[in-house]
Amino acid sequence: MNATANKERPETAAPAIELRGISKAFGPVQANKDISIRVMPGTIHGIIGENGAGKSTLMSILYGFYKADAGEIFINGNKTEIPDSQAAIASGIGMVFQHFKLVPNFTVLENVVLGAEDGAMLRPTLAKARASLTEIAREYELHVDPDAIVEELSVGHQQRVEILKALYRQADILILDEPTGVLTPAEADQLFRILARLKEEGKTIILITHKLREIMEITDTVSVMRRGEMTATVKTSETSPEQLAELMVGRKVLLRVDKEAANPGETILVVKNLRQFDDQGVERLKGISLNLKAGEILGIAGVAGNGQSELLEVLGGYANATGEVTLKGNALPLSGSGANGRIRRESGIGHVPEDRQQEGLIMDFKAWENMAFGYHHAPEYQNGMLMDNAAIQKEALAKMERFDVRPPNPALNAKNFSGGNQQKIVVAREIENNPDVLLIGQPTRGVDIGAIEFIHQQIIQLRDEGKAILLVSVELDEIFSLSDRIAVMFDGQIMGERMPNETDEKELGLLMAGINEKAA
Amino acid sequence: MDFLTLIQVLDSTLRLATPLLLACLAGLYSERAGIFDIGLEGKMLVAAMFAGAVAAVSGNVWMGLLAGIAASMSLSALHGIASITFRGNQLISGVAINFLAAGMTVLVAQSWFGQGGRTPSLMGGGRFDGIELPFAIGPKDAALSDLSVTKLIEQAGPIQQVYSELISGHTILVYVALLCVPATWWLLFRTRFGLRLRAVGEAPEAVDTAGVSVVGLRFAAVAICGVLCGVAGAYLATGLQAGFVKDMTAGRGFIALAALIFAKWRPWYALSATLLFGLLQAIAVRFQNIEIGGFVIPVQFTESLPYILTVVILAGFVGKAIPPRAGGEPYVKEN
Repeated sequence: MNATANKERPETAAPAIELRGISKAFGPVQANKDISIRVMPGTIHGIIGENGAGKSTLMSILYGFYKADAGEIFINGNKTEIPDSQAAIASGIGMVFQHFKLVPNFTVLENVVLGAEDGAMLRPTLAKARASLTEIAREYELHVDPDAIVEELSVGHQQRVEILKALYRQADILILDEPTGVLTPAEADQLFRILARLKEEGKTIILITHKLREIMEITDTVSVMRRGEMTATVKTSETSPEQLAELMVGRKVLLRVDKEAANPGETILVVKNLRQFDDQGVERLKGISLNLKAGEILGIAGVAGNGQSELLEVLGGYANATGEVTLKGNALPLSGSGANGRIRRESGIGHVPEDRQQEGLIMDFKAWENMAFGYHHAPEYQNGMLMDNAAIQKEALAKMERFDVRPPNPALNAKNFSGGNQQKIVVAREIENNPDVLLIGQPTRGVDIGAIEFIHQQIIQLRDEGKAILLVSVELDEIFSLSDRIAVMFDGQIMGERMPNETDEKELGLLMAGINEKAA
Repeated sequence: MDFLTLIQVLDSTLRLATPLLLACLAGLYSERAGIFDIGLEGKMLVAAMFAGAVAAVSGNVWMGLLAGIAASMSLSALHGIASITFRGNQLISGVAINFLAAGMTVLVAQSWFGQGGRTPSLMGGGRFDGIELPFAIGPKDAALSDLSVTKLIEQAGPIQQVYSELISGHTILVYVALLCVPATWWLLFRTRFGLRLRAVGEAPEAVDTAGVSVVGLRFAAVAICGVLCGVAGAYLATGLQAGFVKDMTAGRGFIALAALIFAKWRPWYALSATLLFGLLQAIAVRFQNIEIGGFVIPVQFTESLPYILTVVILAGFVGKAIPPRAGGEPYVKEN
């Protein structure tokens, strides 16, 4: 194709994409404010920013999903109007969305040609696409079976189908929105190799992410967005993660979690041979056994959907299972009326659920009400037959101030807080009730860097007070920086336990994929 | 039961299955595109009424057919506007259409013709006549000899009996309905339109990001659904019977929906499913009292069989039928 032409393009060529003064408001919210950016051809350009910084809005404008209120778009130096996706595709822009836009029960081939057919009949289109895919596969080392049904492919391969879709449409500019969120570390590495290859062939790539490590690893240039504004564009080789984090948040951020070595006490929680079946009769937990000591953080790593959620639900008391769980020597009921969240909390197990919006909070209730949930039977909250709302509100305010929830207004509904502040409300509620064991799932999913730092500090502090913490996270960085011990889950089983200083991402990645090299 | 009786039952199976097949294919287009349509019944009913009325007044059955299609399509447009443009609840819109049709048809027919909510009986050019295929025994042969068509067929050999009784002699709409099955299969699985139609019922966001209009595709599907329902309704009033009577669809729209689930949203399966329902109806018509070992099965039971089967099928007796994934969900653009 025109790969060779791109390669020979001199440094001074027109930018592949140039945005000038793009602004977009949704009602009173200014999602993009006067944004200008130049993306040079044949480079990988990172766009980094916290959730809600306006990255996705900007890319949606570029892909014709939204119309900008003001500003101009130049593609290869030519002013271009992009009123819809069709126009974006025609200008050579391909987009790989965070949530794939694939038809699950179609074949790879059908997905690739959808919307880019050559004529009213399918046969010639499919034949041509098949030949073209073989060509692309060879050129970019992107191998996917064209006749495979998409829903039967792994997530990593589904993402390749999205990339193939863009390449089949002759895209020269590829936008990837948070592409590694759903991938295992090994899959992410493969993706980066593919991206490097695409760059070699002269494609321009825009990588949107909130992961600093990815930016440092693969991009040539990086632009930072904060609160709808483009705060800086720098060469990746001339910056550091610390500087980028500061640009994202607007203040100095501690990226490394400062912690002393753990000082584990006696074993407090013992889980033996935990088994659970879901509604469809599929075995979700296949005999989980683990120990948790006071004063340590046990990190459970794994790709989402390998039983971690079920483990938390069972320990938290709102899913039934068989097996044995003892807390400080006392067996906990795993089914029947004794297995519920209230009794678990009373026996000393606090729980920050994985999904704060579904399980952690009631979004339409006020912050102070949410602050009391699960503990609203506590004697200090009662006033005869009634609840002592004044006491609850007073305590909620004190907790919100201690946990730096912004704004510290207990009368606001939970949904009016940002993701990070919602999470702080849940964390504050559970930690302040002084549990012996804290179950905490995805503590920083969708939480901005500033709040991540704070929540991590709170978790460490709880550990140092001699509490036991079971941390479930799909973010390996988080597992590494917090855990004193790491267990890896795959397919409802514990694949192995490692000490953080004796292992690396590669080994954990293999365990997460179900490959135990030591055992083999 | 002799051979000719069997042929005759199968013959009426074909006639009775035709409106079901057309409605089932109508539903197939709509639901494959992600728009649930429980208003098939209502659309058939208005189509039957307007087809009957216009055919009676004009004396031209083709005018009647066009009127039926137009009436059905206007209700389709209503459903489309409610559920696609305004993203309303598709079930509620469908229910509303059924109520509207049930009341309006009788009201309009009564006000135009004053015959108690029916349209005048159709004669001559107001009805679809059976088409006599070459070499089949038909009225012309009967005129040449002294015998009636029935007698002639009785005397013919089995192949001629099958040909003349079962294959020949149907109205054109029966043949059209049968041709719609391979046509639908071809359209869905061999053309660009079909690929996009199936995609929009499964993952509209994939269609949207590919730069194809979700709204346009869904309206196209709903329009095709309107045309087919229109033909089905017109067939009831001008082919199967001679004129419109109150509630003449008699739940056929719902049976067609059940057949659609039974058929797992596939055209050829839809043919088998509707033939099965047609057969049950034909048996109920033909054998008013079936005697098995001295026990007489009451006619009410045989007549209710298609409906009982509908309930059984809808209760999921047929195993897991996976509907189009985006079915029933209005499409809202998001990131």
